[in-house]
Amino acid sequence: MSEKIIQMQNVNKWFDDFHVLKDINLDVKSKQKIVVCGPSGSGKSTLIRCINRLEEHQKGNIIVDGTELSENTKNIEKIRAEVGMVFQQFNLFPHLSILDNCTLAPIWVKKMSKKDAEDQAMRQLEKVQITDQAKKFPGQLSGGQQQRSAIARALCMEPKIMLFDEPTSALDPEMIKEVLDAMVNLAKAGMTMIVVTHEMGFAKEVADEVIFMDEGMIVEKASTKEFFANPKNDRTKLFLSQIL
Amino acid sequence: MKRNKILPQAITLLFIVLIFGFFTMNAQINMENRGIEFGFGFLKQEASFDIQFSLIDYDGSHSYARAYLVGLLNTLLVAFIGIILSTLLGIVVGVARLSPNYLIKKTAAFYVEFFRNIPLLLQIFFWYFAALRALPMPEDANLLLGSSFMTIKGLYTPAPVWENFDIFFTTLILALILIFFVNRYAKKKQEEEGKQLPKFLISLSIFIGLPLLTFLAGGFDLSFSFPELKQLAKTSYTYEGGMGIPPELIALTLALTLYTATFIAENVRAGIQGIGKGQKEAAASIGLTPGQVLKLVIMPQALRIIIPPTTNQYLNLTKNSSLAAAIAYPDLVLVFAGTAMMQTGRAIEIVAITMATYLSISLAISLLMNWYNKSIAIKEK
Amino acid sequence: MNKINVFKPDNKNLRIFLTLGSLFFILSIVDFSLNNFLDKNITFFLPRYINFFTPLIFGIIGLHFIRIEFSGIKKLDIINKNINTNNFNASLSLFIIFLLIFCIPPLLNWFIFDANISGNTKEACTGSGACWVYIKVWFNRFMYGMYPNAEQWRVNLAFTIVLSFAGIGFFMPTKYKKYLTLYYTIFLPIISFLLIYYLISGGSFGLIWVETGAWGGLSLTFIVSFFCLIFCFPIGMMLALGRRSALPTIKYSSLGFIEFWRGVPLITVLFMSAVMFPMFLPDGTYMDKLIRVIIAITLFEAAYVAEVIRGGLQALPRGQYDAAKSLGMGYWRLHLLVILPQALKLVIPGIANTFLALVKDTPLIFVVGLLELAGMLGLAKTNPEWLGFSMEGYVFAAIIFWIICYTMSRYSQNLELKYKTDR
Repeated sequence: MSEKIIQMQNVNKWFDDFHVLKDINLDVKSKQKIVVCGPSGSGKSTLIRCINRLEEHQKGNIIVDGTELSENTKNIEKIRAEVGMVFQQFNLFPHLSILDNCTLAPIWVKKMSKKDAEDQAMRQLEKVQITDQAKKFPGQLSGGQQQRSAIARALCMEPKIMLFDEPTSALDPEMIKEVLDAMVNLAKAGMTMIVVTHEMGFAKEVADEVIFMDEGMIVEKASTKEFFANPKNDRTKLFLSQIL
Repeated sequence: MKRNKILPQAITLLFIVLIFGFFTMNAQINMENRGIEFGFGFLKQEASFDIQFSLIDYDGSHSYARAYLVGLLNTLLVAFIGIILSTLLGIVVGVARLSPNYLIKKTAAFYVEFFRNIPLLLQIFFWYFAALRALPMPEDANLLLGSSFMTIKGLYTPAPVWENFDIFFTTLILALILIFFVNRYAKKKQEEEGKQLPKFLISLSIFIGLPLLTFLAGGFDLSFSFPELKQLAKTSYTYEGGMGIPPELIALTLALTLYTATFIAENVRAGIQGIGKGQKEAAASIGLTPGQVLKLVIMPQALRIIIPPTTNQYLNLTKNSSLAAAIAYPDLVLVFAGTAMMQTGRAIEIVAITMATYLSISLAISLLMNWYNKSIAIKEK
Repeated sequence: MNKINVFKPDNKNLRIFLTLGSLFFILSIVDFSLNNFLDKNITFFLPRYINFFTPLIFGIIGLHFIRIEFSGIKKLDIINKNINTNNFNASLSLFIIFLLIFCIPPLLNWFIFDANISGNTKEACTGSGACWVYIKVWFNRFMYGMYPNAEQWRVNLAFTIVLSFAGIGFFMPTKYKKYLTLYYTIFLPIISFLLIYYLISGGSFGLIWVETGAWGGLSLTFIVSFFCLIFCFPIGMMLALGRRSALPTIKYSSLGFIEFWRGVPLITVLFMSAVMFPMFLPDGTYMDKLIRVIIAITLFEAAYVAEVIRGGLQALPRGQYDAAKSLGMGYWRLHLLVILPQALKLVIPGIANTFLALVKDTPLIFVVGLLELAGMLGLAKTNPEWLGFSMEGYVFAAIIFWIICYTMSRYSQNLELKYKTDR
């Protein structure tokens, strides 16, 4: 575990009048795996979307890999290239093959040659075990295959941090395992990961720290063992009793 | 089972044959009674009527076939200009309807709802009879942009007079070929090495630069003939020289453009809105700039939604151009199915030819559209 | 006093920025209005080109000052988010505001303030604005064409009857719902035909005969569009079914018919009806002008209606076909009792759109000499007593058509939304 790669200090965010993030303080060290859980509407997705600035915070500081995120940040694209994101709805580009989905950003943003990009894409697709579908189109794949491809696509930019926004919530039960396996492999390989999910089994296996959010605030933050064994807050206990 | 399938078909066929037979028989009897023959030979006869506006040489001594051609060209001219202008306008308005700026959004919506719900014929009437009639007479016209005059008799603007047009034309073609190869080379280079050449800038400079070079090198001679006021009679003036764009053409094009652009705008809006928000977010999250997101992710998907109904609109525009008959713009219908038919009385042949022409245009565009749709279809399970 | 950064308006000096901003903004509006209406120039001391743009410059400066993020004043935030997100947007907003100032007062003048409404003769048109007296005097003509004033109640009655019969279909008790198709494709057209023949045209039962040449105005627009739509329903349905048929002859002849009528402009169809119909009928049969037109338009629209109905048939889940077939229903029973009633509900928005297009296309019947609303306008325009009022006529017609078409399109949009969520 080394220096802090993400720092969030007193972060506040409003959607018009609605106070969605209240005084969030969070530090993430390199190679750390953090799971964020909580009831819907608690602001978990908004939290991680602020990290790659898909949402903008109004108060407080967010520092990602040494760069502060604010409206003056030039080249937000450079930051986004270092932070990979996997969405609940996969969001693969339907008009491109899986391979092209993966090589799009490396070619256009990192200016790689097509051959190099394709080689790298195949390596990432191998990591999620989906190389045989490389030439197919998203519409021809199952949900689990699509999500694994989405993970590979994010990995092709060689990010330092991977964000997961409820990656398995839109999947049929029999496909959840294949995606979680891919994520476990990724964690074991040393990636810094922040995962918003309800899959507590995954948290127990891979997470270093678990965060419980409710109504826009971080209610409890503890190491995985502590979190499941001795939840301190009542709301945490209530939540855990409902999903475990 | 087989009988079940053959019987209805046989009945239908019989029905169709009977109807056609009935009509043909009647037509033959009627024509005999009136002494009209059926045949297309009349096309070679002298037309003996003038056409106000023509893109090619034509006067009364030319054949009906040539008159047909003039009408067809006029129709295609209006259709062509109308399609280009309405597409441009439609794209602007369609994007404006999605603007976060409240005023712009509402203005665009107002435009669409206003021009979409008024019959096209009425709009044409309005522009021709009401708006353009309010323009000044030639002698009172104001100078527009230095050398054009907008008058009740038309828009008079300088006409280019080419001396060596073919040389210019060849350089233009050469420039296009060169641009094609440069782009191919740039794409290959990107695939192999990843370096991106500024394709657009290079293409643009070739397109402008090459003809310009030939121009400077004295390859051809370009001069303009300017419209000048000339008095025909005591109170009648006109402009000589330059080119005169008749008000009929202006009114027709204006009305067609404004009307069709509303439908195209709605198509564009549906296309862009049809792309889920997630696509934009995913593209942004892998580091693409907003420009790249638009070019590589949004537009390819949006175009698939936009293009089919838009081609339908192009078809409608072409068909609607036949309304030119209402304001005496000499399009295909007015010239051929109107004047020519009245003079020769060959109703059946002429109407058949006219309908066949429009049908061919429609079918051609439909076929093109089907082929295009199949080739870009997003593959699914 | 907090430090004021002119280039970055912020929350701390709210009052100052707001006052400055509003001042400049008001200045820009005043400058533009004075320029426009009174030809006065408050910045006349500046060189010509800058002078022209001063309203814009003042406006941009003003909007720049009030562009304060998170000011805490709700109304200000709404304004900023909507029209003032950056300089580009601000200038666009200003353009539109100026455009409105430029257009609306003269329009209001023409429409209302300088217009004449009272009076009955041309002399009453004294103002420089619109002369609505013209419309008032010609109103009956515009509505009913040359139909005798005393008999106009017949047209109104006919419409009321047709509309009520057409509307009944929506309120039919579920017991009779399966007869809906038959109702619309056979019963309604017959009633409509009888209405046109006996009520509007007359000639029997003590009603004077009114020749079709006299029918005109907006009522003719409706007669043509409405009755054509009702008549082309059965034909369109047959075509739609034929198009989906597995039997090649039927399929391709339907296809050919549909593509033919969709590929040609309506005006050629009308020309054809005027000129060719007499040719194709036995010598001596005279077919009334209006009937020819109605037949031509019916066939024309049938092709479009066929495509709309086909869309509805395709949208029905296959399960409906399967279920009906497995119950032993043959082709016709299946379609008439199960499929079509459901499909018809789906296609109502599409039919409304087709009807709309038809209404917008009816002005074309002037080519055969029938004068509906737009045609009557042309007639009135050339009347020697009332020359020079073409503008009022066109505006009036435009307003009427616009109201009709807009209401219809809004209605069909609502229907589409409702049916989308229903399923």
